[in-house]
Amino acid sequence: MTGTETIQMAAKTDVKHNTHTSFDEEHVLHELKHYLPSQTPIKDFIHHNTLHAFQHMKFYDAIFKAGKIFGYQVHLQLTEFRGLYKIGRIKKEVFNRVLRDKKSADAEAWKEKLLTKEYDVINTSRLGLLRAEWKNQYKIDLDNSVHPLFFRILCSYLDQGVALWNFPVKDKSFLAALQELEKNSFVSFFKTKRAKQFLQSGNCGITELLKIVVGKREYYEQYLFDQQFSHQGWSGIAASIEAMPHTLLDRRNVSLHDLIVVELLFEIDALDFQLGEKWEPLANRMKTEPVNLFADVASTEMQEVIKLWQDTFEWSYYDEVLTGISLNKNRTREIPSQKNFQAIFCIDERECSLRRHVESADKNCETFGTPGFFSVEFFFQAENANFYDKLCPAPVTPKYLIKEFGSNHKREHEFLYTKNAQTLLRGFFVSVSMGFAAGGQLFLNLFRPKMSPAISNAFSHMHSHSQLTIENKSLDDKENDLQIGFTIEEMTNRVESLLRSIGLVKNFAPVIYSIAHGSSSANNPHHSAHDCGACSGKPGSVNARVFAFMANHKKVREMLRERGISISDETQFVGSMHDTASDQIGFYDEAALSQKHNVFHTQNKLAFEAALNANAKERTRRFASINTKQSLTGARESILKRSVSMFEPRPELGHGTNTLCIIGSREITKGLFLDRRAFMNSYNYVNDPEGKILIGVMRPIGLVCGGINLEYYFSRVDNYKLGAGTKLPHNVMGLIGVANSADGDLRPGLPVQMIEVHDPVRLLIIVEHLPEIVLNAIQSAPEVYEWYINEWVHLVALNPEDGMYYYFNEGTFKLYEPLHQPLKYVNNFEQFVEQAKEMETNEIVDATQENLPVYLLN
Amino acid sequence: MEQLLQLFILIPFAGFFITLLLPRKKEKVISFTVFSTISVHLLGLVTFIVCWAINQFPILDVKHLTLFQTDNIEIFIDFYFDKVTVVYSLVGSVIALMVAVFSRSYMHREAGYKRFFSTLLFFFTGYNIVIFSGNFETFFVGWEMVGVTSFLLIAFYRDRYLPVKNALKVISIYRLGDICLILAMWMSHHLWHENITFLKLNDVALVTEHLAEHYWFGVFIAVMIVIGAAAKSAQLPFSSWLPRAMEGPTTSSAIFYGSLSVHLGLFLLLRTYPYWETIVPVQALIIFIGLSTSIISTLISRVQSTVKTQIAYSSAAQIGLMFIEVALGLHTLALIHFAGNAFLRTYQLLVSPSVLSYLVHDMFFNFKPSASVGNSSFKNSIYILSIKEWNLDFLLHQLLWKPFKWFGNRFDFLTSKGSAVLLVVIFVTGLLCYFFQQAIPVAIFEWLPELFAFIAFILILKTFTERGDALRAWFEVVSSQLFMALSIAMLNENFEHNHILMYLSGSVVAAIVGYVCLKKVKAIDGNIQLNQFHGYNYEQPTVGFIFLVACLGLVGLPFTPTFIGIDLLFSHIHRHEVVLIVLTALSFLFIEIAVLRMYARIFLGQHKKQYHPIAFKSS
Repeated sequence: MTGTETIQMAAKTDVKHNTHTSFDEEHVLHELKHYLPSQTPIKDFIHHNTLHAFQHMKFYDAIFKAGKIFGYQVHLQLTEFRGLYKIGRIKKEVFNRVLRDKKSADAEAWKEKLLTKEYDVINTSRLGLLRAEWKNQYKIDLDNSVHPLFFRILCSYLDQGVALWNFPVKDKSFLAALQELEKNSFVSFFKTKRAKQFLQSGNCGITELLKIVVGKREYYEQYLFDQQFSHQGWSGIAASIEAMPHTLLDRRNVSLHDLIVVELLFEIDALDFQLGEKWEPLANRMKTEPVNLFADVASTEMQEVIKLWQDTFEWSYYDEVLTGISLNKNRTREIPSQKNFQAIFCIDERECSLRRHVESADKNCETFGTPGFFSVEFFFQAENANFYDKLCPAPVTPKYLIKEFGSNHKREHEFLYTKNAQTLLRGFFVSVSMGFAAGGQLFLNLFRPKMSPAISNAFSHMHSHSQLTIENKSLDDKENDLQIGFTIEEMTNRVESLLRSIGLVKNFAPVIYSIAHGSSSANNPHHSAHDCGACSGKPGSVNARVFAFMANHKKVREMLRERGISISDETQFVGSMHDTASDQIGFYDEAALSQKHNVFHTQNKLAFEAALNANAKERTRRFASINTKQSLTGARESILKRSVSMFEPRPELGHGTNTLCIIGSREITKGLFLDRRAFMNSYNYVNDPEGKILIGVMRPIGLVCGGINLEYYFSRVDNYKLGAGTKLPHNVMGLIGVANSADGDLRPGLPVQMIEVHDPVRLLIIVEHLPEIVLNAIQSAPEVYEWYINEWVHLVALNPEDGMYYYFNEGTFKLYEPLHQPLKYVNNFEQFVEQAKEMETNEIVDATQENLPVYLLN
Repeated sequence: MEQLLQLFILIPFAGFFITLLLPRKKEKVISFTVFSTISVHLLGLVTFIVCWAINQFPILDVKHLTLFQTDNIEIFIDFYFDKVTVVYSLVGSVIALMVAVFSRSYMHREAGYKRFFSTLLFFFTGYNIVIFSGNFETFFVGWEMVGVTSFLLIAFYRDRYLPVKNALKVISIYRLGDICLILAMWMSHHLWHENITFLKLNDVALVTEHLAEHYWFGVFIAVMIVIGAAAKSAQLPFSSWLPRAMEGPTTSSAIFYGSLSVHLGLFLLLRTYPYWETIVPVQALIIFIGLSTSIISTLISRVQSTVKTQIAYSSAAQIGLMFIEVALGLHTLALIHFAGNAFLRTYQLLVSPSVLSYLVHDMFFNFKPSASVGNSSFKNSIYILSIKEWNLDFLLHQLLWKPFKWFGNRFDFLTSKGSAVLLVVIFVTGLLCYFFQQAIPVAIFEWLPELFAFIAFILILKTFTERGDALRAWFEVVSSQLFMALSIAMLNENFEHNHILMYLSGSVVAAIVGYVCLKKVKAIDGNIQLNQFHGYNYEQPTVGFIFLVACLGLVGLPFTPTFIGIDLLFSHIHRHEVVLIVLTALSFLFIEIAVLRMYARIFLGQHKKQYHPIAFKSS
């Protein structure tokens, strides 16, 4: 679901749900689509707020409501909060302060409640009550009889290329395809006549079928919700594909409507088979009124307790960060006289540590952060590819196409992945011959893991020796309505916009790197979730390279000069990409560097290598299988090996632990240890006194960073229902998703291996500017403002004039004074990394002990 | 040299035992123990095979341990070694080693890390018992261990519904195969008047003479063996369990259903080949099963849209071919085929998650939108049938299980206190009949064993379908054991009481332990009705484990004297007592399914209390 769609839908949900006696099919379908998980096929894993359907409400109201309706666990459990308090991760001082601020008079009483009072924490959902009556009244487990075959047919229809034998009718809608298949066949999917007749006659509207199955109109909506949410994964993917058919490479015309019709037909079939054709509709036996699923949820004392706990947990960390920034400001730092290079990274919090190490490897450098698509939005067509990749944030629809050519790269194959092994006779020859090779291959995978065509390699997204059609030849040069390449003016606009947003408008270093990121991993269906979120879950290599090309273009520089940004010929841009899993870096178009710049570049590369070594070492802290005490290069090798190991379900930890988003100059955080927890977007308030640039900067922050943060939050607090559970039993379904077993529901969300180290706290966004300017920026669009006013993220303005913090609450900024607890210093980084302890279990109290507090770096 | 064979059982068993003692959180120690155990096993094996080769590849056989002996019955453990053992043990150890190394990191921080590795070693012990076994009794011990570990690993994610449901499904099919083996053993007892060793089956003259004498009984034995093999190796009509077994961690699916466990049916055929090679109908049956499986499974595999189920069906199809190879006497080919297939499927399963990015990438460059296949009704029909798995799962349910469920449900009236009293009265009457049998007319007395066996069978079916209180179900299943013992005791005036004691000794202890466990769990919420899954393992994992052991003990798994008792019990049923053998066999089929169902409903599945996150039923 794109951001704008979310907002439109959110607005519409304000339409009341109390119209239960009438049944408006369109409306209910619309509602279902709104509430179902909106994850698209897993090849493009785009992080989003799992409960986006509730985003028009305040965070706490929303989660409690969603929890009550759908039975989700929407916050940490009470015992977990108490455990965190006990080990000091929720701080006493903050705890007391929050209670004092919120419950001034009754603080003591509430303290009791938070710490010791027993609450009934049982969460029974409103869903499922109606359909449960099949079992209670008719002794029929409808799910058991319908789901397996129904899922299999749906998966076969959607299948992108697992099966050797495709669904026979692919070019029609799901329902029409089934109709045709049934018509031209001697056998049927159905066991009984009636359902088959309904299908073939086409006489099968949802309302008509519901009349047979449920009987009374007032129960229809509840029934459909029960039914579709009994397999929210499959329904969700169908609804998402319906909304965005292009997310399937081999397109299918599936719709939630068809899905419901088919499921109802199978239900009739199952009921006819077990009960004969004469059975009473379900509602006839109902003695209770239909449940209003969306009725308000009464507030309880326990909810209040949870809110307080969540606040104290969040502020235990936030307060430390704010203290750190204050303390850091007062420390003197020498400012480099000349800059060896500048490097623009993605805002991604995984680059937070790398930037720190790059800065420490070469004191005379400067780093910046910006969303990793580098302000250039386009579709990319790899050489010989049949499809385009969208390389920009998900809600944006680019008008441009960039094509790769001239690499003459032949895609390598993994011979053991041949589908021949699955057929009978060829399978025989494969088993008796290549079977032994498979044994050998497995042995090598275990003891000598290395890159292979079977591993998703971030660097293979675009080949470094290929060329790109970046510059537009003529405005008529189009393909599928997309303009091939950018005109000079379009390039200039984008380069200017990026440079201004990060405040890099003068003092250019001789070499400026635009460093994208991607992630290589083996045996990992969720690999796309590790790639760049600002590039729609793809590596950002092309964007970095395109940006560097644009910024190096003579005519672009001329035009930039006219617009007041003067980059001399002494400066060259280099595109590159950092692999966040293997900690490797690759540079593009190095040949285009002048001799002089090549000398600089060679020097700088050493700094990058040193920084990556240190970064790898820092990351080993969280990996139990790697010895943290080894040398820097040893650590780096272990990290590289890990990224290509088939047996390693955690090639990296993705966005786990993300908590902060800092929009301001690097100076405010340089010298702080933020443990890879901060998204960092460079921004210089000095260049933007009226906040015009800030509006553009703030626009994607909620959606991208907030989306990532909340996806991690919800997958962490309820990994069973909102996350994907453990990866280990996952089975790849039709190349569109994963399920736990042959007959299971699709599992959207994040697997436990990605979220176990995550602290489920909301994002704290710190913006360095005057509160009124910040307010203006977030109010620029309702879909932006919603994130803040409804408290799905926290916002603090760091006022550059008085150096004070202003916390955004209920529509205004209020002064916030940190507790100023003393912070510790890190003197020897390597030793500091080596102190890490292995977690005992992946329960929150054990798993997050190594989520370190803020330190000052010496 | 023969005496060394036992080491290949003892090493993995020792390893298993050590892992039990290790603390749950010491992952490195656990995986190291497993790794060293299998490494030592493999090294020992290689050394042994080299020596064996130097000695000109003799067939080795050793009677290792006599468990029970009377004048006419001897139950003993026997080991055997030939080239089939060599291939199976080498492939087994190499794959187990690789899977253990793979799992060391793969399973990291999984809540059941220790459980996984302990179960793996227990399975590995069972696997080795099977392939080193020299007679049916020994074979059967290992065979059962493999079955139970399968159940445990399929239900590895025991807090979700589908793994538990599918584990029960698979163990039911396995159990059917087990019963066929028991029947084969029973019949061969009567024919040979001894516990025939596999070595003796190689004696062509002996087998020929035997078959000449009892041709149709021989056919019966062979058919039972074939059914047992087909069930274990996912051949028709049982194939549909294989894809459903892919519920545990990928690594356990790989070793069980990709490679080792699923090829054990084939092993059974290889082992018993000398016995049935001259029986043409049996050969034809095996070829028929193999051929139809390879065709149907291939068709089903072609339409699978999920990676693991595709591998499952294509593997079953290859095993079908192997069945044909064995029946045709192409044993070397079958062994090569087995090894290749085992390695290939293990590999394919272990890397199955990577298929997603590999194929999506492939699509990017090589995708050609294929035209619709066309509207051939014939093709469409095959497609639909294959998606429906040729109704295999449905038919098994309708034809095999449903009639018994229906029958069991007829006895719902046996729930009142009165019926319990009635049972006691009947039982006491039975006992009296037994002690004063002279007083009863022979015509009546002759039918008493059947009557009591029937009562036992009803009680077991009742447990099998029980939806009420678990304590009542436990009572029913325990009393069924008593009726069973009574029934057999009446068979033979020379019946030796120690046989009965042997049979009941294990059961009684298990019954008491199980009762205590149930009491304890019932005390928590006062509800252990079997009409739902309770998931008590979340609260009471230890009790759950003890109850599981009790269940397995009650049904006579090979660690209690009951196991020997069962063997003895069957030896008392004569081969002409058709009604009795059918009832007893059915009882033994359902008793294990019934108690495991009970265990599953009380301790496994989604935890019923929603004070913590639980999974959706469909996930």
